Amino acid sequence: MNVLQELLEPTGEPDGWAAYGDEKKERVGFFTDTSVCIGCKACEVACKEWNLIPEDGRVWTGESYDHTSQLGANTWRHVAFVEQRKPLFGNGDGSTGLRWLMESDVCKHCTHAACLDVCPTGSLFRTEFGTVVVQQDICNGCGYCVPACPFGVLDQRKIPSTLNVGHKPDLPAIGPIERGGKEDGRVWKCTLCYDRLKGGHEPACAKACPTKSIQFGPLEELRERADARLAKLEAEGWNGAQLYGRDPDDGVGGFGAFFLLLDEPEVYGLPPDPVVTTRDLPEMWTNMLVAAGTLLAGIASLTLIGGRR
Amino acid sequence: MSEQLHPLSDLDGKPPGTTSWDGSITEAGTQMRSYYGRPIIKEPTWTWEIPTYFFTGGLAGASAVLSSAARVARNEKLARRALYVGAIADLVSPALLISDLGRPERFHHMLRVVKVTSPMNIGSWVLLVSSGASTTAAVLQALGKWKPLRVAASIVSAFAGPPLATYTGVLVADTAIPVWHEARHELPWIFGASAVASAGAAASMFVPPRDAGPARRLAVAGVLAEGALMQAMELRLGKIGEVYHQGEAGKFSLAAKGLASAGAALLARRGRKSRAAAVAGGALVCAGELCLRWAVFKAGFQSARDPKYVVESQRKRVEHEGTKATTKPGESPAPPGRGA
Repeated sequence: MNVLQELLEPTGEPDGWAAYGDEKKERVGFFTDTSVCIGCKACEVACKEWNLIPEDGRVWTGESYDHTSQLGANTWRHVAFVEQRKPLFGNGDGSTGLRWLMESDVCKHCTHAACLDVCPTGSLFRTEFGTVVVQQDICNGCGYCVPACPFGVLDQRKIPSTLNVGHKPDLPAIGPIERGGKEDGRVWKCTLCYDRLKGGHEPACAKACPTKSIQFGPLEELRERADARLAKLEAEGWNGAQLYGRDPDDGVGGFGAFFLLLDEPEVYGLPPDPVVTTRDLPEMWTNMLVAAGTLLAGIASLTLIGGRR
Repeated sequence: MSEQLHPLSDLDGKPPGTTSWDGSITEAGTQMRSYYGRPIIKEPTWTWEIPTYFFTGGLAGASAVLSSAARVARNEKLARRALYVGAIADLVSPALLISDLGRPERFHHMLRVVKVTSPMNIGSWVLLVSSGASTTAAVLQALGKWKPLRVAASIVSAFAGPPLATYTGVLVADTAIPVWHEARHELPWIFGASAVASAGAAASMFVPPRDAGPARRLAVAGVLAEGALMQAMELRLGKIGEVYHQGEAGKFSLAAKGLASAGAALLARRGRKSRAAAVAGGALVCAGELCLRWAVFKAGFQSARDPKYVVESQRKRVEHEGTKATTKPGESPAPPGRGA
């Protein structure tokens, strides 16, 4: 029951992380500073290469330079492109210039992760680094995490697992190909390169980023760096600069991967006030038990009181 | 929250989903600040098996209770038929759930942990107990053997039934989908009432009218309660609830109301005298309850598909409660460790 207790009185630490005891490592994450993103998509490519993610359709969307559109089973880094008629600087020379915003989106590795909470198999788990990862040998594709995530990060992989080799057919597939020809059926998302972290390397996207828009490191250090960066942008008069997910007091207890944005979150397709759905679960269970009791009493009384005709 | 659009001629007249400088048009045709009108959250990956299971699971749970209550009331016919209906529904239910999985052969992974934070995990355990108990009781009843074990199994299924009939309301409410999560107070009650109505209706179909009085009362009471609860839910949801009047959810919702109330009226007026009316009325109510589950199911998809529901409900929260995920210059971030 201490799990429910944790929901009622959050400790501010990632749920389940404490169980590692001595094996617990420093909590790491990403600080994605969109003010220096140049939209090169090296992160998307590096992520695909390293994690052997299959292609996700070749669609011309007509939406600026964005052709992957959203995070999903086969897109773990997604660069958003927003064209705006709004000056980059707000300190007013009266200019009505245009600006082009780019943001590399990723799984937020929430402190209180809804996907992890609702996963019925225990496939989603908290790593010793405080990140959230899907164990592909456990996931049975129930899909509960998909609508539970307040950011729409996870999705089910609908293509055959024989294609799991990505676009490098000479490389071995990840794990045995269990059901060749049929769709993979499991859910996939960013692992924050769990395998690379284990080996003491930084995640592929951060390694590949040429402008340090994606910064990897201990979360506490990244938060300090972000605060300093925000203060600098404010002093320079940038329009709309704000941190997103930096605050450990937000609806998901702070993001493990947070952002510096140049406009409101919804402009980038992000929720302005995400809340971990399981925050309300103790109340929901209580409510359900009362409903179940009422159902029992209701059927019993309508059956026992009154005739059989 | 939508800003004024710049009337740039080269961007005018584009179909929904395409962008203008400061706003884009979403699925429902709303012009707002969003990312090319794309959804913020994902629609569920669940297919037809899930709403159908919501119906069969509810039917199984409430039928088990009805069977035991009828046994206590010494209404043997009703007790037996309700037991069989419940057992069949309890057998169909896991088959539906397994068939919906992306990896059906791994269904037993649901039972490798006990996890109170996952309604689907708890539901799997409840279904296992309920299904095992009610089929055991039904088989022993049919064979006429081992009465003590049969009685014990019936009692277990009667107590597993109510949670089975109501947990699915928690299951859908425990997601980021606005029309489901914001209805978390009502959904378990609506699903419970719907389960009572379907169990009563199914029993009215299979039991001779002179023994089916309790079943008809349950069907009528369930339909009435669920109608009132749906109204209460829509009242609470406000604008988010508009999906219950649009698209597929709207159609299923209308069908649910029409079928269930026609069936309940038929059962109440003629079900006592005419077996044919009882069968027709019971079938109508069952169809109505199935439509109700589909209405709730489809409403969730529609609510997820359009970013306006996510943004509007969260912006309202930002205004009223001051909660948010952004830190603007000059705002001091909260000290770490306070949690969500």
